[in-house]
Amino acid sequence: MLSIKALQASVDGKSILKGLDLEVGAGEVHAIMGPNGSGKSTLGNVLAGREGYEVTGGSVTYQGKDLLELEPEERACEGLFLAFQYPVEIPGVNNTYFLRAALNAQRKHRGEPELDSVAFLKLVREKLKVLDISDDLLHRAVNEGFSGGEKKRNEIFQMAVLEPQLAILDETDSGLDIDALKAVAEGVNRLRSPDRSIVLVTHYQRLLDYIEPDKVHVLAGGRIAASGGPGLAKRLEEEGYQWLEDGGIGSVDGEADKATATA
Amino acid sequence: MSTANSEVERRLEGRYKHGFVTDIEADSLPPGLNEDVIAAISVRKNEPQWLLDWRLGAYRKWLKMREPHWAHLEIDPIDFQAISYFSQPKSDKDRPQSLDEVDPKLLETYDKLGVPLHERAKLAGVAVDAVFDSVSVGTTFKEELKKAGVIFCSFSEAVQDHPELVRKYLGSVVPRVDNYFAALNSAVFSDGSFVYVPKGVRCPMELSTYFRINAAETGQFERTLVVAEEGSYVSYLEGCTAPMRDENQLHAAVVELVALKDAEIKYSTVQNWYPGDEEGKGGIYNFVTKRGDCREDNARISWTQVETGSAITWKYPSCVLRGDNSVGEFYSVALTNNYQQADTGTKMIHMGRNTRSKIISKGISAGRGQNAYRGLVKVGKGAEGARNFTQCDSMLIGKRCGAHTFPYIEVQNPTAKVEHEATTSRIGEDQLFYCLQRGISEEDAVSMIVDGFCKQVFRELPMEFAVEAKALLEISLEGAVG
Repeated sequence: MLSIKALQASVDGKSILKGLDLEVGAGEVHAIMGPNGSGKSTLGNVLAGREGYEVTGGSVTYQGKDLLELEPEERACEGLFLAFQYPVEIPGVNNTYFLRAALNAQRKHRGEPELDSVAFLKLVREKLKVLDISDDLLHRAVNEGFSGGEKKRNEIFQMAVLEPQLAILDETDSGLDIDALKAVAEGVNRLRSPDRSIVLVTHYQRLLDYIEPDKVHVLAGGRIAASGGPGLAKRLEEEGYQWLEDGGIGSVDGEADKATATA
Repeated sequence: MSTANSEVERRLEGRYKHGFVTDIEADSLPPGLNEDVIAAISVRKNEPQWLLDWRLGAYRKWLKMREPHWAHLEIDPIDFQAISYFSQPKSDKDRPQSLDEVDPKLLETYDKLGVPLHERAKLAGVAVDAVFDSVSVGTTFKEELKKAGVIFCSFSEAVQDHPELVRKYLGSVVPRVDNYFAALNSAVFSDGSFVYVPKGVRCPMELSTYFRINAAETGQFERTLVVAEEGSYVSYLEGCTAPMRDENQLHAAVVELVALKDAEIKYSTVQNWYPGDEEGKGGIYNFVTKRGDCREDNARISWTQVETGSAITWKYPSCVLRGDNSVGEFYSVALTNNYQQADTGTKMIHMGRNTRSKIISKGISAGRGQNAYRGLVKVGKGAEGARNFTQCDSMLIGKRCGAHTFPYIEVQNPTAKVEHEATTSRIGEDQLFYCLQRGISEEDAVSMIVDGFCKQVFRELPMEFAVEAKALLEISLEGAVG
């Protein structure tokens, strides 16, 4: 699905990613953890093609295509979805209208007929039901005046409607109370499927109590410093990130509970 | 950030789509302004002596007035002697009696403007009084309106057919020497529209006028007068475009609205005068005085304007809230791109008790555009319980444009409540990226974001014109697509 090789990227001339490797298979859920400033959000932004994030080396292959060659909107149309850490407010633009424009842009890209508003509304109502989201969300402007929890739920709702192949969730757990966190996690779990890969970018282990990843990676110093199973996340929760930084950079594809950083 | 913005800017360098010149022989007065010219205009229009005297009075005062320079505008000096003050299509001698007799080229012009008189008027139920240069060429639906007792005709016709009404109300809202440009208009106005809605009548359709300046070096000085008698209602829309020319053309119009007891007037403008080219060459100087008078109790006047054109816009549609419980509203979208400048806003003058006013202003600046909101809320001594709410939002697209807000508030009554809110935002790289990431193209994203920003104003426009305004905004913002 996604193959990242020796990826280097900089922001404002400052090197952030310094040779990152990552392989995500179809249907897998990967968690990427790491201390603040390790480059977690940069990774999501680089993959989505945000202006200002300059790729200085390495390659990214997504579904057999050179991802870095594509425009941001093409990446989205090819099924790459980024759930934003800070979802953006667009005053005056109706949430349903926005989402229909997005879905139809993607459908058009795939050569499928656009959905009219009746068909779209039917689809949307089904998704709302599955995600247990109130349809009040539909009538409001995109993220405008939403609480933190509502914004994050709206991201998951968009993801449910757009049905991406690869979803990158950037700190989707940040700023959520425990109920909102559970609801968002539940939403993500319902969207797990054999042909959808999910990359969870998070600072805290607690999200992983509700979404069990297939693999956990630790990002430090712009590289994957360690990889392992869900146990790695628990160790990070107990011991913090310091041991990794002290121990230098390396990669371990160990079993769940035996992950260590190489010296 | 910078790259995203320059990309947006590139797309903004749109071309003016109404820049064509209709090849019709025009019967114009030679350039220049003096009492003879004014008399010549008056004679050609077969006007009564009182009106000529009225014009001359305005002219003599105008000579002593000075061009105002308090606005936040850079204006090249205007040579008033270089302007021709009257121009009409030659075929005026045998003026068309119906649309079928109208010069096909004229109709073609309207088609290019998107105003197919035949189709559109019938389909949309809109009566269109089309002003081409200075003379009205065709009025549709006159008969239907007549049945309702509504008078909707060119100003010149009104002078001939309803002189008592014209004489009673002309200059009663905007005195002929109100300001420099109003005085000039009063002296030389050539034509315009006249609307009279009798007592208790709800005008059965939207009334609409399309203005267009065609002949080179002609200023257009229309005069519009709308009178709504007790308990009546009328909705009026004017749309404006002008062809591309290198030199600046002057447009100094005056609009007067009179709402009597319990009457309501909605006045909507979609203005797309030629804004000049990307270097700021050419374009219309739009110096307009618009004022509504809620003359009696419970009257209501609502101005809605979408301003995307003109090199320079100087206009402040205002409401004088004289009657108790009267209501004034102002909804505005002003867009400036390239080198356009706009200094626009409103004046709400509260005189009656429990008068209310609401101001929603949306300024959008792109390119090197400069956009200023200037608004006055004045509450007089007798305006017990007056209330005003003002919301003034500016959006900047790119880094070389500017937005300015000049609110003036004068309150002489302690029971008044006046609220003012203002925001300025930059069209976010964030917002843009958010849309792109969902698969929406940049162009669609920009128009979606701008449209959302203007929503509060657009929903005040009659449905079919809201669609048109939205399209116009997209044209003004779009590049040569792609």
